Amino acid sequence: MIRETQVAMREQSAASRVRNFDEVPLGYTDEEAREEAARCLQCKKAPCVQGCPVEVDIPAFIGQTERGDFAAAAATIKRTNNLPAICGRVCPQETQCQGVCTLAKKFEPCGIGRLERFVADWEREHGAQAVEPPPSTGLRVAVVGAGPAGLTCAADLRMMGHEVTVFEALHEPGGVLMYGIPEFRLPKDVVNYEVDGLRRLGVDIALNMVVGKTITVDTLLSEGYGAVFVGSGAGLPRFLGIEGETLIGVYSANEFLTRVNLMRAWQFPEYDTPVKLGRHVAVVGGGNVAMDAARTALRLGAEHVSILYRRTRQEMPARVEEVHHAEEEGVDMQFLVNPVQLHGNDGVLAEAECLRMELGPPDDSGRRRPVPIEGSEFLLDVDTLIVAVGNQAHPLVPRTTSGLNVTRWGTLEADDDGVTTRKGVFAGGDIVTGAATVISAMGAGKKAAAAIHRHLAGG
Amino acid sequence: MHQILAKQALGPEIDEFQVEAPRVAQAAVPGQFVVVRLHDRGERVPLTLADWDAAAGTVTLVVQAVGKTTREMHERYDVGDGVLDVVGPLGEPSVLVHEGTVLCVAGGVGIAPMYPIARALKQEGVRVIGILGARSEDLLFWVDRMREVCDELVLTTDDGSVGRKALVTEPLAELLGAREVAHVWAVGPAVMMKFCSATCSKAGVPVTVSLNPIMVDGTGMCGACRAEVGDRVRFACVDGPEFPGDQVNWELLIARLAAYKEEERCALDRYRRMVREAAS
Ligand SMILES: Cc1cc2nc3c(=O)[nH]c(=O)nc-3n(C[C@H](O)[C@H](O)[C@H](O)COP(=O)(O)OP(=O)(O)OC[C@H]3O[C@@H](n4cnc5c(N)ncnc54)[C@H](O)[C@@H]3O)c2cc1C
Ligand code: FES
Repeated sequence: MIRETQVAMREQSAASRVRNFDEVPLGYTDEEAREEAARCLQCKKAPCVQGCPVEVDIPAFIGQTERGDFAAAAATIKRTNNLPAICGRVCPQETQCQGVCTLAKKFEPCGIGRLERFVADWEREHGAQAVEPPPSTGLRVAVVGAGPAGLTCAADLRMMGHEVTVFEALHEPGGVLMYGIPEFRLPKDVVNYEVDGLRRLGVDIALNMVVGKTITVDTLLSEGYGAVFVGSGAGLPRFLGIEGETLIGVYSANEFLTRVNLMRAWQFPEYDTPVKLGRHVAVVGGGNVAMDAARTALRLGAEHVSILYRRTRQEMPARVEEVHHAEEEGVDMQFLVNPVQLHGNDGVLAEAECLRMELGPPDDSGRRRPVPIEGSEFLLDVDTLIVAVGNQAHPLVPRTTSGLNVTRWGTLEADDDGVTTRKGVFAGGDIVTGAATVISAMGAGKKAAAAIHRHLAGG
Repeated sequence: MHQILAKQALGPEIDEFQVEAPRVAQAAVPGQFVVVRLHDRGERVPLTLADWDAAAGTVTLVVQAVGKTTREMHERYDVGDGVLDVVGPLGEPSVLVHEGTVLCVAGGVGIAPMYPIARALKQEGVRVIGILGARSEDLLFWVDRMREVCDELVLTTDDGSVGRKALVTEPLAELLGAREVAHVWAVGPAVMMKFCSATCSKAGVPVTVSLNPIMVDGTGMCGACRAEVGDRVRFACVDGPEFPGDQVNWELLIARLAAYKEEERCALDRYRRMVREAAS
């Protein structure tokens, strides 16, 4: 008989975790992992593999896990995924591998994400098998941005024998994994470990290099790099464009999360960067970023944290698990609400004027469009407002590189293989798609690596 | 790691540092800045480039001890020590003018970033008149260097210890009244730039200022540095730091500069306590 439900993963209770930054889920034991792995039907056609943007051989690694051969399982995953401990934690499995799992037709899908996480953590704790990159081809590739797209592209190119340097603007590699996603969801030790794995492969990571300022793509190409991959992400924060947005107490989610995660403001004053937070915090938006900001605010000691989302729960783009965790922790979800003006005292935020919304007919994206209800204005007492309504493509590289076409959304024009309008320049991840997911950025990095390999071979 | 190759006191609590940063030195142009992080617990602070030497691979930074980080630099960073991160050059270059007379008004440590701008203007062939102001003589520095790149130089101090006993706006207004001036640059504390901008507006002369809001990344990804210029919200780190001074919302800039006052005091107190404990 097959278990109908997934083996639960132990986690910190909501009451204790809202006061710390430790990771929420605690992981499987060996036995729990093997029990969950036994639920896999080992389908011949394996729809889950097609549901995975980097095509991890899911039935194989789950079979190895079931037999207790965790080292082999790790090796299987790593054949196509260089960042498994990260993906196991942050991928939207419910819409990818687990969404198409055969089990899901009758029961809960197999816990593929949880198993991936288990296997990757097991390997980290027990020491990874050293992977030897092939001998060098002598060909050099520059990668712009050390986010998931850039790191994946770099790892694959290195495994094809090329010499890769990653140029990263910030002082730590990881992109959003480092500055955006909080410690309690993705511990920074996990990110560092996976990035170190790339360094051990021989990938060179040059930090504090702002491409377009410190050095340009044009210079890289003329300095002997045979190709450049641009994975500079969607780091430009979008604001609401309403009055009062420059008041003190209004943050972009990027600023708030960067202060806390990258600069470790949650450990101020041991770390020098502070973050100012009021007692009543409102977060505007309904995606993962909004959930992360809200849960971070709670952990920093805010008394009341609400999420203002202009549509309803059904339209929320955040992962189901994040919404669930946020509610458990006491985040107050306010649906069909949209701030229209911010009021302050002496330059400091005091109130948000909001409108109630209702859902009208579907818009271009197929989601029902929120429309304001006339006369429904109300005032909300807030001293901190965090704007998490999305990020746009970072304009610096497109602006400073000749021959690169951008779309009207500011993203780089590139095909499925990452080929841009400039010969020798490839691109992938959020800079091409706009803000998306870790795994889709990794998938794009992989495809581009293959295309760059062909380009270097003269194809 | 970026080694400090030279450190020289320019006044009480004002130091000039030569720091190794070859990539930055090669790419730098007037008007730009760097973001510095001293150590792995440090904050990212923007410092305007005071000079650079591409051949030697160094940049010059002039730093006044104000907050915790700058005080730490003053007291604990010396020749041979390393600064963990120096990122740049960041921001847009100064948009120079090519003819006529330009007034370069610098207040306090604003003299340092003014220097490369004045030098570049001089190289463009314009007539450069410098106005340097400080509270007192000991806070005034680089007078000789500025004299080399200015056709005329006016000094002012609040207490009259050297030059005219006046604020910089006095000679500025007089010169704007007496001469045909094409453009004014004003670099210094926000309040000084605000009054210089008002003086220029009154005379109908365009003025460029260099904004110094609180920054985090300095690369355009957070918006901490946003300022209102004209009717628009701009990110000073990537859209500036130079903007037309007559269009800047100064009240907002000044308020936002003070947003973290309490936390800054807390960090500074803690640092002082640590220094005292280490000494005893
Ligand atoms: C708070 C938050 C939570 C999220 N949660 C999830 C989640 O749970 N699951 C999920 O799948 N996705 C999530 N996402 C989305 C996901 O993180 C991104 O889609 C993914 O990181 C994109 O990868 P990337 O490599 O394209 O870009 P990024 O991760 O943005 O990396 C780009 C890198 O390039 C660098 N860079 C930019 N410009 C330059 C330059 N000029 N020179 C040098 N370097 C440069 C940046 O500093 C950065 O390190 C989240 C995003 C955020 C912000
Ligand atoms: S400092 Fe972050 S955008 Fe300017």
